[in-house]
Amino acid sequence: MRVIILGCGRVGSKLATTLDSEGHEVIIIDLNADQFRRLGSEFKGTAMVGTGIDEDVLLRAGIEQADAFVAVTNGDNTNIMSSEIARAIFNVPKVITRIYDPVRQETYRGLGLETICPTIIGAKAIKNVLEGKSAETSIL
Amino acid sequence: MYIIVVGGGKVGFYLGKELVNQGHEVLVIEKDKRKSELIAEELGSVVLRGDGCEASTMADAGTNRADVVVAVTGDDEDNLVICQMAKRKFNVPRTIARINNPKNERIFKLLGIDATVSSTDVILAHIEEEIPEYTLVHLLKLKQANIEIVDAKVAPTSQAIGKPIKDLPLPKDATLFLVIRGGDAILPTGQTILAAGDEVIALTKIESEDTLRRLLMD
Repeated sequence: MRVIILGCGRVGSKLATTLDSEGHEVIIIDLNADQFRRLGSEFKGTAMVGTGIDEDVLLRAGIEQADAFVAVTNGDNTNIMSSEIARAIFNVPKVITRIYDPVRQETYRGLGLETICPTIIGAKAIKNVLEGKSAETSIL
Repeated sequence: MYIIVVGGGKVGFYLGKELVNQGHEVLVIEKDKRKSELIAEELGSVVLRGDGCEASTMADAGTNRADVVVAVTGDDEDNLVICQMAKRKFNVPRTIARINNPKNERIFKLLGIDATVSSTDVILAHIEEEIPEYTLVHLLKLKQANIEIVDAKVAPTSQAIGKPIKDLPLPKDATLFLVIRGGDAILPTGQTILAAGDEVIALTKIESEDTLRRLLMD
């Protein structure tokens, strides 16, 4: 699978190295080249500096042939916009968007984006533990 | 009309000011404390301090009864989300976004934003108009119809000189509808013969613009 990941923070780099080690083709994009240090020396994928809301950058990353696009920058709106470009313009088959703001994630989920809201997931996991359950109990 | 302006930078500030002067009900949303205080000082209580990207701020602003939402922050992605949220969550009839990267115009249209304003494009257009010789000057662009009206000066080397217009290899979706020669306006027919220095006003599909330019200027 060819996967483009936007944002090389903790989640982006972790996902990139995991998929890479499983043999997938990974292209990771971040505005800040320093972030690529998180990928470690084992990473065999491609790291590109650029903004994910620029069509040219996405084209250079090979978005036209991508099987999946994952937006995990620290900006909800950047994630939303890049995902909408991936979906509406480049018809990427699988687009996953991280949105921290629960209201925004609800709105965009309703509009057809596949969204993940770490705020809701984190709060639920903590509440589960508080109640003596396993953290993962009915987390989504 | 009730108009919400998101982003209280220079564009938002002066836009808010003009709209207030025109008698509209205006609310400027700005998250920076100092900027929002400045707006309140200058324009009165027409400012809400908060993040315009947050649905709760939009709700506080009474976005559901707004006639127009204008997003003029410096970030395209924020302007996109503000307008989409306004339209889809709050049913605002008209949304206008400022865009910084001209390439985003198409994307914004595709994603349902009613109107976009690109300062980069506006300045580019002015620069083009200031270059006097042998370029197409864009007079009017009708985006919906994909048509524009352009003004071109026939170059001395043009292949279009000396032949009747009907024999010119014009792109089929382009029409020359006015020729200005020495200050006189001529309504051209198929028999009209172009001369060097003629100013031609033409109607053309945007994609045929290049062919037209080459015909008149190369």
